[in-house]
Amino acid sequence: MIAQSFQYESPGTLAEAIALLNEHGDEAKVLSGGHSLIPMMKLRFASPGYLIDINNIPGLSDIKEEAGVVRIGALVRESQLEHSDLLAKHFPIFKDVTKLIADPQVRNMGTLGGNLAHGDAANDHPAVMIALGASVVITNAEGEREVPIDEFFYGFYMTAIQQGEILTEIRIPVPASGTGNAYHKLERKVGDYATAGVAVQITVGEDGIVTSAGIGLTNLNPVPLRASRSEEALIGKPLSDETIALAAQFASEDCSPNSDLRGSEEYKRHLTSVLVKRMIAKAVERING
Amino acid sequence: MIQCKTSKAIGGMGHSLKRKEDARFIQGKGNYVDDVKLPGMLYMDIVRSPYAYAKIKNINIEEAMKVPGVVAVVSGRDLEKYNLHWMPTLMSDTQMVLPTDTVMYQSQEVAAVIATTKYAARDGREAVIVEYEPMKPVIDPFKSLDPSAPVLRSDKEGKTDNHIWNWKAGDKEKTDTLFETADVVVKEQMHIPRIHVASIETCGCVADYDKVNNHLTMYMTTQAPHAIRTVIALVAGHVGLTEEKVRVIAPDIGGGFGGKVPVYPGYVIAIAVSFLVGKPVKWIEDRSENLQADSFARDYHITAEMAGTKDGKILGTRFKILADHGYTDASANPSKFPTGMFSIATGSYDYGTTYMECDAVYTNKPPGGVAYRCSFRVTEAVHAIERITDRFAFEVGKDPADLRMQNFIKKEDFPWKSPTGWIYDSGDYHAGLQKAMDALNYNDLRREQAEKRAKGELMGIGISTFTEIVGAGPSKDFDILGIKMFDSAEIRVHPTGKAIARFGTKSQGQGHETTYAQIIAEELGIPAENIAIEEGDTDTAPYGLGTYASRSTPTAGAAAAIAARKLRDKARKIAAYLLEVSEDDLEWEPGKFFVKGAPEKSKTIQELVFAAYTNHPQGMEAGFEATHYYDPPNLTFPSGAYICVVDIDRETCEIKVRRFVAIDDCGNIINPMIVQGQVHGGLTQGIAPAMYEELIYDEAGNILNGTFMDYLVPTAVESPNWETGHTVTPSPHHPIGAKGVGESPTVGAPPAIANAIVDALSPFGITHLDIPITPFKIFKALKEKGVF
Repeated sequence: MIAQSFQYESPGTLAEAIALLNEHGDEAKVLSGGHSLIPMMKLRFASPGYLIDINNIPGLSDIKEEAGVVRIGALVRESQLEHSDLLAKHFPIFKDVTKLIADPQVRNMGTLGGNLAHGDAANDHPAVMIALGASVVITNAEGEREVPIDEFFYGFYMTAIQQGEILTEIRIPVPASGTGNAYHKLERKVGDYATAGVAVQITVGEDGIVTSAGIGLTNLNPVPLRASRSEEALIGKPLSDETIALAAQFASEDCSPNSDLRGSEEYKRHLTSVLVKRMIAKAVERING
Repeated sequence: MIQCKTSKAIGGMGHSLKRKEDARFIQGKGNYVDDVKLPGMLYMDIVRSPYAYAKIKNINIEEAMKVPGVVAVVSGRDLEKYNLHWMPTLMSDTQMVLPTDTVMYQSQEVAAVIATTKYAARDGREAVIVEYEPMKPVIDPFKSLDPSAPVLRSDKEGKTDNHIWNWKAGDKEKTDTLFETADVVVKEQMHIPRIHVASIETCGCVADYDKVNNHLTMYMTTQAPHAIRTVIALVAGHVGLTEEKVRVIAPDIGGGFGGKVPVYPGYVIAIAVSFLVGKPVKWIEDRSENLQADSFARDYHITAEMAGTKDGKILGTRFKILADHGYTDASANPSKFPTGMFSIATGSYDYGTTYMECDAVYTNKPPGGVAYRCSFRVTEAVHAIERITDRFAFEVGKDPADLRMQNFIKKEDFPWKSPTGWIYDSGDYHAGLQKAMDALNYNDLRREQAEKRAKGELMGIGISTFTEIVGAGPSKDFDILGIKMFDSAEIRVHPTGKAIARFGTKSQGQGHETTYAQIIAEELGIPAENIAIEEGDTDTAPYGLGTYASRSTPTAGAAAAIAARKLRDKARKIAAYLLEVSEDDLEWEPGKFFVKGAPEKSKTIQELVFAAYTNHPQGMEAGFEATHYYDPPNLTFPSGAYICVVDIDRETCEIKVRRFVAIDDCGNIINPMIVQGQVHGGLTQGIAPAMYEELIYDEAGNILNGTFMDYLVPTAVESPNWETGHTVTPSPHHPIGAKGVGESPTVGAPPAIANAIVDALSPFGITHLDIPITPFKIFKALKEKGVF
């Protein structure tokens, strides 16, 4: 388990980091928490010639709320997400998800930005970001652009991030009152990728009608999946066993899981249905709680 | 409560002394083999086969030799020149060190790269280009005996199939007759999965050959350093490495569990390279190599049957086994026992008829199987008997606890001769099970289960009441490669009354430095903290067969007690001399001899030891040393009663172990804290194959879970709250009445868990599931029964 030799760079500014990325092109990889990249390098699945460590770049490690948007720097660690009071207020879902990611040591290093930029549908945050309707800020030499989460994931390990670009921030709209959210994944043991994972955010008006719903699925599709038909089944209707059952059924039909050691496609579709029901119930419970 | 004969200051048996070794371990000051660094040391890495069965067409080392720091690449052809390309296994089978023509399993060693740094060695490994011609492998053991299957061991003259050996025990005719006539017969086909010990420290060595003195020092991760020295001399004697020129040092070991008993090819290659280049060579496996290539454990396919009466009396059992040994029989059993102690499978029950048969076969999988925290196939035996006993209880409609109580061997019937000839030394099975049942209010749980079932909820209760067989073993039956399975202790007490004791065993985390000191403290009254314990250096320690199969306390622990008693006898003679009384007038209490009726006239052990060096009686040998080689008269038979309670999520099929009560009886206890620690660790290694671990291969022989990402070693999160306790039934033949405990929990836990899960699912007509039982497996089983 020894990586091939590589050149290590530790720029102190975003501009320097971007310049290095432009200079080395395909040969370079960005290092944030390192908990996806370094194992791949040790197994020699990835052998970048240059590692551009962005950990010394200031300004990427804050969580703040501005004008109805929560802004999370790309270097914010899982443990920061887990213990943030600001996030806990609007998004108890972050406690759900971070507690299910690996172990405390990994969470002290692993970052939200890295989790998303890795572009792996088995990671947990993509589904959460889909449920929360987040967007991702990508910075390059010309400036920055904001990409909605639905336009961010392209394919296996592929995202909207282009050569010479760095994911710098995640933006999440502060939800309206009457909103709850929740995440759960089933895993074979602690630290495993999800056998199936479901993130839900739901807003229910005072009249009991669902005004918005976001449902993201983990490791149930080649790319992180929004369960759109499930959302539509809920929006504009009062929550009932029937609408919830329909949402669960649509999610289990629309995902495309692989049969593997975690279970058969059939089992995963079954779990998807169960988890969608349970996460809707939990999110709604949090509105009322 | 455990009664202690010694004061806490002396710290003899029964005291929960803190482990002496932990001071260095918790400060990161242990000395493991990878901590050994010698001047000029080279590093070795190993090229491994991506195929399960293939011809080697060519090994191209050109690019590898260009990697800066690479000094050599060694292949089977190179070793062949010195006749070092094959080695014997502990079961007298043969194994390639490096192949000359054919690879027989995925991850098999193909070539070794030697370099000045471990990084260069790994880069060199990646640069070696091997051309293979893949062949269709034999993976399924049930197909290995098909006439159409290729003969894998064509290296063996006259070999025409993949059969290794056949083993039988018991009375076939009587058993077959019983099964034809019995009122109730139950039968299940079960697989005890191929698993891996997965110790925290992988295997490795530093081979240091000194050309000038023609001497080899071998630092290695071995549970049996003395036996290894003998094996090295047998394998390499022809090139001049005779036994006096070989020193094996086993430094601190980070877990062995049986996986560090065998000799792996890497050790032999390192020795060969050091011998050829005259420099020390270090080889340390990485995690994946350890998991993928080193000896597996278990992998028994068992057809288990039980016959009995309608009212629950067990009358007989029958077991038919297919053992998948992979490419070679690299088990680590006593030589006369190809299935180890499997014939203990008659269990804790009083009946007279059994028949067992095993066929072992070759397949294109890594060789094995080692005794993973298990006294030689006892885990397989206990799983078979405890599962089929539950199955029988279900069939006759009896509570499995009642049925066990009905069939247990009675306390007063010990020593008890089993249908396969073992003499169980002692036991009180009824008391153990009753204690476990009381600990969790068994009857209340059954009531709760009935209520839950009525609501459609899945709750299960599983029992395992096992008998272990450890402490191998008596020399009339037990040897490894001809060397009898005694073990040894040598005690030297210094003039000031402090001691060092050395043993033929080797701790891998068991706490020998503490428990052996406590045994000697018990017998001699010298405080345990003043007794240093040393193991693992063949130049200094007395010969012994090592630590595995829960044998250290039964053998070396007994040797320590007897050696200490020899010294106490000497101390008595010196005391009689100094106090001017006859030996018969003296009485012993831990730490001193005193004159009967005049306790003020006494001599402490420290005074007596000092006198042995300064004022010993004329005619007596000076000094205060003793050695004993202990050849046990019988094995010891620890037992346990385990009860597991599970809840299963009816929708997701997730399993939650709600309670797990483990009542162990390991005879007299040396250190209760260490026993409890052993039981906690062992139970966790018991839940592992029950719910998580299995090495899985596809049809092409590719391992599908060759890393810890997919080979699911349970962690603290998966471990339930273990509730432990004990009953104490001393072994009548052991000098300190101890039986050994290291492996009981690993052996006893899996069937308790499996029985609990099957119990939860029994309303659907499910009578058996193979371990590991995962949520997915439950889903499939329920789906088959039409639940989903």
